[in-house]
Amino acid sequence: MDKVLLKKLGDPEAHKIDNYVKAGGYKALGMALKMPPDNIIQAVKDSGLRGRGGAGFSTGLKWSFIPKDPTIKKFLCCNADEGEPGTFKDRGIIDWDPHLLIEGMIIASYAIGAAKSYIYIRGEFALGAARLDAAIKEAYAKGYLGPNVMGTGFNHDMFVHRGFGAYICGEETALLESIEGFRAQPRKKPPFPALAGLYSKPTVINNVETLSCIPAIIERGAKWFSSIGPEKSPGPKIFCVSGHVKKPGLYELPMGTTLREIIFNHAGGMLTEKPLKAVIPGGVSAPMLTEKDLDTSMDFDSLAAKGTMLGSGAVVVMDSSACMVKTAYIINRFFSHESCGKCTPCRDGTPWLTNILMRLEHGEGKQGDVELLEGLCANIFGRTFCPLGDGAVMALRGALKNFRNEFEYHAKTGRCLG
Amino acid sequence: MLENVKDEIQGVLKKYPDKKSAVMDMLRIAQREASGHLTKEAMDEIAGLLGMPPVEVHAAAAFYTMCRINMPAGKHRVWVCRNLPCSLMGAEHIIKYLEKKLGIKTGETTHDLKFTLDTAECLGSCGTAPMMQVDDDYFENLTESKIDEILAAKGRES
Ligand SMILES: Cc1cc2nc3c(=O)[nH]c(=O)nc-3n(C[C@H](O)[C@H](O)[C@H](O)COP(=O)(O)O)c2cc1C
Ligand code: SF4
Ligand code: FES
Repeated sequence: MDKVLLKKLGDPEAHKIDNYVKAGGYKALGMALKMPPDNIIQAVKDSGLRGRGGAGFSTGLKWSFIPKDPTIKKFLCCNADEGEPGTFKDRGIIDWDPHLLIEGMIIASYAIGAAKSYIYIRGEFALGAARLDAAIKEAYAKGYLGPNVMGTGFNHDMFVHRGFGAYICGEETALLESIEGFRAQPRKKPPFPALAGLYSKPTVINNVETLSCIPAIIERGAKWFSSIGPEKSPGPKIFCVSGHVKKPGLYELPMGTTLREIIFNHAGGMLTEKPLKAVIPGGVSAPMLTEKDLDTSMDFDSLAAKGTMLGSGAVVVMDSSACMVKTAYIINRFFSHESCGKCTPCRDGTPWLTNILMRLEHGEGKQGDVELLEGLCANIFGRTFCPLGDGAVMALRGALKNFRNEFEYHAKTGRCLG
Repeated sequence: MLENVKDEIQGVLKKYPDKKSAVMDMLRIAQREASGHLTKEAMDEIAGLLGMPPVEVHAAAAFYTMCRINMPAGKHRVWVCRNLPCSLMGAEHIIKYLEKKLGIKTGETTHDLKFTLDTAECLGSCGTAPMMQVDDDYFENLTESKIDEILAAKGRES
């Protein structure tokens, strides 16, 4: 498969507009602007593209929920908050190929009738924000942004909104609250953003990788896109491989590539002679898998069938040196740190879990701690306002399911099994 | 204090239909202008400029981890990532080494006011772990000798 999303990775000149245009950039935009907006939405539906931000919702369907009334203002927001631990793909696109994202966003905005779009980029990505600001300026100068885009009468303005450190801003309604200047706490749904989103106007929120797929869908067609990977979960996908492998990094591969292929064919295999112990397939919210699951196809449905998820496509590989109690402690500490405080099960429950995991990890665990963890999980799961709290529980349950003996050994002896 | 950056603020305000949306950019600018921390006066000034009640500006600031309220920081901010992928590649050792090298604990500032050391949760650079951020820049695939070089270069900046 030739690369669509990461073809510029590592090319120090590719972010400049002249080089982007020379390589065929903004051709898809010209083609899209000649199409009726509904045909674009149909093409995106037909392509089978599903959101790369984690939930895997059909992108075309999401766009089709936007009211058609031209007198209502609409917005597009690009989710570039990239905070799920293990994930570094959106940064790979933004730093090296910012115009790919911008072109995708202009096409999406035209399709849904949005005159303004915002890119919500996490605060720590200073280089990314500068790259985007510069690229947007270039696009204005060349007439791809601003009034009368490419002489078609379509007007569009695009802005970068920088975050300031808070994982919850990646949740789409918290992201909207944050842009509006409030504390970033999730909103009640419904109303869904497609009807009442940014400034209460119809809004589409899409991930960076999702939007970066759009130019290729327009240029090469929905059929081409849907022919890559599994039928219900097609397209190219970026996998972020980290942890105990020889060649960690970003790999753009067909959706549905197996974990085994990703780890052993692409990422160079295990870092040392130590064997694989566990692998997280989709960011730390996704329950871990083990050796026996390595032939799982990496797509939304196959991973859901295994009780885990594709999430952001962040593959974290752990060899036998990794302690699962410590792993669970680090993951849970993250969630309790990032809990936004809006609902009690998550605000109070996640620090409680973290305290128990901390004492287990530090050799001060007590008999009954494992049962206590399980009881708490049952009290948090399904009772939280947004998926962050559930994610914390799912990750911990995954570790307990596969490595319960390790937790019990810690509780009994105050030591690691290893 | 935001007098010197009037033009920048004008640019920020133009991005949004509602002034209030500029609060995060304003906090960032104010923090940058006041050597890395936010004072009550600065937040009140932002509230005035944006027509917001001061408590709302304070609440927004308190929510975000990159805001540093009423705690002057060293000239250089160092954040070491400690989330899972970095931890698997030795983040704890990197943190200990930095603490020893700088003679401070995480969360503290060196006596010469050159460095403030903190930990961070995943900074989106897990393929090049372990890593740290110093001010706006990422430093990846860290080793002890790399850290020595980075600190020496930053320490020389006046
Ligand atoms: C706690 C939490 C954090 C999230 N973080 C991100 C993120 O950093 N980036 C992202 O694109 N989506 C994130 N999402 C998913 C978004 O809410 C939303 O589903 C996504 O941006 C939609 O875009 P897509 O349809 O293109 O995937 C997060 C969701 C939750 C619940
Ligand atoms: S689950 Fe956690 S992050 Fe989500 S609303 Fe409740 S407290 Fe906030
Ligand atoms: S875990 Fe350190 S950058 Fe992601």
